[in-house]
Amino acid sequence: MSVTNEQVRHIAKLARIAMSDEELERLVPELNNILGWVEQLGEVNTDGVEPLTAVIANKLRLRDDKVTDGNCRDDILANAPVAEHGFFAVPKVIE
Amino acid sequence: MTDLTAKTIAELREGFRSGEFTAREVAEQYNTAVASARALNAYTIETPDDALAAADAADKARGNDELGSLAGIPLGIKDLFATRDVDTTAGSRILAGFKPRYESTVTANLRKAGAGMLGKLNMDEFAMGSSNETSAYGPVISPWRRKDGGNAALAPGGSSGGSSAAVAAGIAPAATGTDTGGSIRQPAAFTGICGIKPTYGRCSRWGIVSFASSLDQAGPMARTVRDCAILLEAMAGFDPKDSTSLDLPVPNWEAGLSSDLRGKRVGIPKEYRIDGVPADINALWDKGIEWLRDAGAEPVEISLPHTKYALPTYYIIAPAEASSNLARYDGVRYGARAESSGGLDEMYAATRAAGFGAEVRRRIMIGTYVLSAGFYDAYFTKAQRVRTLIKQDFEKAFEQCDLILTPTAPSAAFGLGDKSADPIAMYLNDVFAVPASLAGLPAMSVPGGLDEMGLPLGLHIIGRELDEQGVLNAGLAIEERAGFTAKPKRWW
Repeated sequence: MSVTNEQVRHIAKLARIAMSDEELERLVPELNNILGWVEQLGEVNTDGVEPLTAVIANKLRLRDDKVTDGNCRDDILANAPVAEHGFFAVPKVIE
Repeated sequence: MTDLTAKTIAELREGFRSGEFTAREVAEQYNTAVASARALNAYTIETPDDALAAADAADKARGNDELGSLAGIPLGIKDLFATRDVDTTAGSRILAGFKPRYESTVTANLRKAGAGMLGKLNMDEFAMGSSNETSAYGPVISPWRRKDGGNAALAPGGSSGGSSAAVAAGIAPAATGTDTGGSIRQPAAFTGICGIKPTYGRCSRWGIVSFASSLDQAGPMARTVRDCAILLEAMAGFDPKDSTSLDLPVPNWEAGLSSDLRGKRVGIPKEYRIDGVPADINALWDKGIEWLRDAGAEPVEISLPHTKYALPTYYIIAPAEASSNLARYDGVRYGARAESSGGLDEMYAATRAAGFGAEVRRRIMIGTYVLSAGFYDAYFTKAQRVRTLIKQDFEKAFEQCDLILTPTAPSAAFGLGDKSADPIAMYLNDVFAVPASLAGLPAMSVPGGLDEMGLPLGLHIIGRELDEQGVLNAGLAIEERAGFTAKPKRWW
């Protein structure tokens, strides 16, 4: 499988990465090179092999349903590029 | 005045406790050393006051029974660890100016043990790289040079390249690293130091900037095997804030150190004899086998048949997890936001285009593709199935042996720029390191000797899950026999 310019543009949109036409042109062969290389996995017979989900057997724990933190709005906003009135601020989305 | 920067952590601990010198003297000497080595570009930010404050607290507490195991020891911290109110950038422009309001569990554990921080160490952007060249802060220059008189700038390895360069150059007695597919072990090998990646889950990932969560593990990088054991004991431990943290007591790895390997079988995987590896490296591997035999171990040939598929498996799984993890950098909650004239979506896309470097963008694109509708099974699920086979290879091998010995990397340190134009050539440098990562196993690099250009080479020990002790002990046996004392000649 190899990717086309159009597909790469679509992936860039999914990944929310702005991309110029020049960068796109450069990236298509690079991605195809890497995808071509990983496709050697097709040689491996994986019939009946379960996909690995936990690398070390470990049970996901449940914790008590108790509030353990909170009241730290200013800490959470401290690194926001733009924060106003105690909220994260973003470009206007509703006209 | 004694050069305290020449001492190991075990020696610093001893000298500080006996009153031979103060913790403040240690911190002051290191602060001076750090400030005089900026040509290496190892630190992204220096925190001399942090080191001094911890030292003063240690000096005040001396004589007290409750002195932490790292009291009086200043450390370098990879910039992937969140450090409260100190810039934490993961080597990326997109986190420029980010000062977390919290501390990672691992660094909090180190502080609790009494350690101070000399500064944050440079690294490949989001730990994606094997040479430190993808850092937004510019590459770290290895303190090592080839003995051909050419003075070519060499890579310190990656992604923990600031950590490896700092420890090798004597501007940190030890440092934290993280290892996703070799990022502790390969840089340790390139710079003639020790580094161990513990079993997945030993060290909490909480507060470590995520790259590929099923692979990321923190570990120490230090000058000796003993120092690695001391540090790992302080770093490891159960943390309820990391859902994959192992709820197990931390063994006394330092007390358990023994280079007597009688009764141990050391597996030598035939698939790790690959084409294109320099003769020096295979010769060192053979020496390593003899050293372990001399320590009482019995070498046995083993097979890890899916070894050649480990790298392509890794380069599906790691980018897939990264594309998901790095979705959080959106210019809203932290880090940099790019100016854009459009709405919210345009702001996201502009911020991410400006904030991520070329290698990170490339991996996000691959990861997004292999997880996208119609391709998920063909790539991601397939890779997870092969990952099961790779893990089973190790399980079968460990029926025949207790430890596995391989070279750490297929080359010595390469020159800056030598591999940066070809992503796959760069990826191949982790060929020996990645399989243990995919299987979550503890693995360590220990310096074994120098190649014909006078550059360090490492030997790589892989253990059964949770058998850090076995790995450290084999490392100690190699360390005692290799007699590796070479140091880079100061040019910086």
